[in-house]
Amino acid sequence: MTAILSPAAQTSAPLVEITDVSRVFPKANGEDLTVLEKVNLTIRSGEIIGLLGRSGSGKSTLLRIIAGLSATSSGAALFKGQPISGPPEGLAMVFQSFALFPWLTVLQNVELGLEALGVETAERRRRALAAIDLIGLDGFENAYPKELSGGMRQRVGFARALVVHPDLLLMDEPFSALDVLTAETLRTDIIDLWIEGRLPMKSVLIVTHNIEEAVLMCDRILVFSSNPGRIASEIQVGLPHPRNRLDPAFRALVDSIYARMTQRDAGKMAIPTGIPGTGVGMVLNHISTNEMSGLIEALAGEPFHGRADLPVLADKLQMEADELFHLAEALQLLRFASLSEGDLLLSDAGKAFTEMGTDERKTLFAQHLLAHVPIVGVIRRVLDERPSHAAPAARFRQELEDYMSEDYADETLKAVVSWARYAELFAYDDAAEMFSLENPQ
Amino acid sequence: MVFHKVTPGGVGRRLVPNIFDVAALVLVTGLLVLIAYGVDQADAPLATLPTRTISLDPWLLPQYALRTTLRMLTAMVWSLVFTFVYATLAAKSRRAEMVLIPLLDVLQSVPILGFLTFTVVFFMGLFPGRVLGAELASVFAIFTSQAWNMTFSMYQSLRSLPKDLEEVSSSFHLSWWQRFWHLDVPFAMPGLVWNAMMSMSGGWFFVVASEAITVGDTSVVLPGIGSYVATAIDQQNLAAIGWAVLSMLVIIIAYDQLLFRPIVAWADKFRVEQTASGEAPDSWVLDLFRRTRALRAVTLFASNGLRAIGRLSLPLPRLPRPALRLALPEQLVDGAWRVILVVATVWIGSEIVRFVGANLGLSDVAEAFGKGLLTLLRVSVLIAIASLVWVPIGVWVGLRPRIAQKVQPLAQFLAAFPANIAFPAAVMLIVHAKLDPNIWLSPLMILGTQWYILFNVIAGTTAFPSDLKEAAASLHLKGWRWWKTVMLPGVFPYYVTGAITASGGSWNASIVAEAASWGNHSLTATGLGSYIAAATAAGDFPRVVLGIAVMSIFVTLTNRLVWRPLYGFAERRLRIS
Repeated sequence: MTAILSPAAQTSAPLVEITDVSRVFPKANGEDLTVLEKVNLTIRSGEIIGLLGRSGSGKSTLLRIIAGLSATSSGAALFKGQPISGPPEGLAMVFQSFALFPWLTVLQNVELGLEALGVETAERRRRALAAIDLIGLDGFENAYPKELSGGMRQRVGFARALVVHPDLLLMDEPFSALDVLTAETLRTDIIDLWIEGRLPMKSVLIVTHNIEEAVLMCDRILVFSSNPGRIASEIQVGLPHPRNRLDPAFRALVDSIYARMTQRDAGKMAIPTGIPGTGVGMVLNHISTNEMSGLIEALAGEPFHGRADLPVLADKLQMEADELFHLAEALQLLRFASLSEGDLLLSDAGKAFTEMGTDERKTLFAQHLLAHVPIVGVIRRVLDERPSHAAPAARFRQELEDYMSEDYADETLKAVVSWARYAELFAYDDAAEMFSLENPQ
Repeated sequence: MVFHKVTPGGVGRRLVPNIFDVAALVLVTGLLVLIAYGVDQADAPLATLPTRTISLDPWLLPQYALRTTLRMLTAMVWSLVFTFVYATLAAKSRRAEMVLIPLLDVLQSVPILGFLTFTVVFFMGLFPGRVLGAELASVFAIFTSQAWNMTFSMYQSLRSLPKDLEEVSSSFHLSWWQRFWHLDVPFAMPGLVWNAMMSMSGGWFFVVASEAITVGDTSVVLPGIGSYVATAIDQQNLAAIGWAVLSMLVIIIAYDQLLFRPIVAWADKFRVEQTASGEAPDSWVLDLFRRTRALRAVTLFASNGLRAIGRLSLPLPRLPRPALRLALPEQLVDGAWRVILVVATVWIGSEIVRFVGANLGLSDVAEAFGKGLLTLLRVSVLIAIASLVWVPIGVWVGLRPRIAQKVQPLAQFLAAFPANIAFPAAVMLIVHAKLDPNIWLSPLMILGTQWYILFNVIAGTTAFPSDLKEAAASLHLKGWRWWKTVMLPGVFPYYVTGAITASGGSWNASIVAEAASWGNHSLTATGLGSYIAAATAAGDFPRVVLGIAVMSIFVTLTNRLVWRPLYGFAERRLRIS
């Protein structure tokens, strides 16, 4: 573990240069889905950069492009001055799912990358043990991954990445599969090692949807907006390490990022919901109706009385920011609440909802569903018009796929089915994949 | 007892046959025709081997058993090599996949003993007058009984590799060779081991059948248990058959305890399951090797050797990936590939028609199909009867864990036992009681394969969640309602797996079961199996080709029209996850 860095060494040539990079995927109807649009990014030595954004904002795609696991559709991606085609040397990655080989021991997993580089046995063993030691895995060398807890597994993931002495370490939501406590410990350990200059890499790029995590770890945060994925803003974090979550400056920064992420995009057409797509082409998230009514009730009750600050709400409900966004947006779409400047406000309909019994709630929900979710209206109309009062799901899936990718169409249809079932608007037979107006006998 | 649920090859996929299925069928049949044609051209009886006599002295049995076992092992090694190459090719190349997988589908529906006719001729032609040819033919027959489902298993594993592990491999610059040994093979290992074990079970049947075979003028007798039994049948020596059964018992138990159980226990570490599972398979042999110092040194040496293979950075050139990124659009290349296939298929098809048509007319085709229907009737009735018998028994056993623990290995053992060794006893009975062979030979077809139904149902019942059982009890579900809503749906996915194996095995067995003999008494049941057997004995290649093609069509159609929909239904609706 040599390569001591100095955070001030910002004058050297950039590690990564991303210029006007876009990434598009073809859709079923022949059109393209733009996941990443004209993104620019430069990574120099000695910084931790965070890519922060909602799921589907293209931040992971950008990480994969830099990792050489995904290609660009246009634009230039350079690593140390060389165009990236395939995983470049001098770069290592930590995976959200840990991605450990279950049939290899901790030591063998860590040695794997060195084996591929052809490092000879004695040296390989020495370096692997050093990395295991550094990351706090002493004594676990001969354990298999399934014997370890999640936190220890991710430590193996870190050791495996560090042992090849990368210039740049990529981390794809490395802590999001861990429980809160474990994630915090691991984060702190990594930051401590980084500040002490004991990590071999020159820079770190971390993808996350956790706002506090980004503020806690990063020197620079790039906030992504969705559809298409772009860098919406760049935030320098000047707070000294170690950072304190309760520090007012820290809180203020977190609040301002929340506000930025819920802000309506002024540059684009007015989208009243924050939900991507318009009309029938709206991309819906499969949010359970139980969660929706749960959030409405929480919002109406103590201590919020109809208005909640999102970070506070997320904390109280123990939800990730991203989960909460999806949920809040679903409420906003159905006009039970609205988002503004990092706050969630209960609407009159939302207030009325809390006062109602089960059947009335269903009726109200059905009205809002028909009024504000166009695809539900379309399905209902088709079912009403057909003499058989039945229609195959494929018909509507195709209609959706004119606007979105197959995966999104699937997810949207799932949301529609579960919402309509709750609202008792129409029935769905999963085996036959048919919508109908029939009720089961 | 740990039971791995495996997808029987070729049922987990789409239903509608496409051009590639047809092409595959034509290709396989074409290959057979080619061999037969070569024999026709030679126009001379194949050099006969010096006739060997097999002694019925029981003391020679260990030696014969060893020869049989070695054939089995040799075939297993080849099956493994074939699996690695074929499955990798099919999984990594989309265009190869379009042909290779339907081909595999047809290959596994071709009756193995029908194949044998051709392989004997082929290998004897390669090594005229030498025992090696016959040995190779026998090994090849066993190979054909093992390789296909192992290949399917590996192919399915490779198609479902976890994406993150693939990304790690490329992100850490593992070479193609390193990746194969570090990722592909280990990931496929549990399925592969289980399938190899099942293949081995099936293999005993064919090793026994392939050691003594007559194709026209060519007689093959290889020293082994199979030929020992054949000789005993000729001489009507019941005691010798008893000895053969006994030694077969010993071999199968030894094989299971010394080879497969340790391997299954060892392969458990390759299961991609991030949490420690409740029950791990164990093996006293493996424990012995792990805990005894001297033996451990041996295993360490072996495992280091194996790991070194994986570490080799072979100077293989990195596959030039974008090499084919010509201006040609994908669809055009695909189109060209299809056209080539269609042309080849049509051409080979016309050659087959020419070859078969030169000797046979439409009436022969009708006869083969008619007999095929008879055999189909037998198989269907037998599976139905076996299901009625074994499903209730299997459930009864499965609900009693202590009994299940004892019965389950027994059922698996019975499935592995080559039933053809026991045929003589049945044939003798039929001869003496003057029963109608058309009816009474039939049960022989399912004698060895019915156990698949039993042990799968036991496994299904054992795996049935106990909270559901308790819920049913607290709801007072009893009698027929309990069977209908609780147990039958619960074991159905397992039952289908067992029934598919049983039905495939029965078709294969029909070739020896529909035509059996005891000394100079020959019994024949009218059907496609005896049709192929008779044509083989007469060296009538056009009829053998016709018989095999018809049987392949029957098996493929049953798979597509009955088993696949049932399996799909079970997977979709009845899987308790």
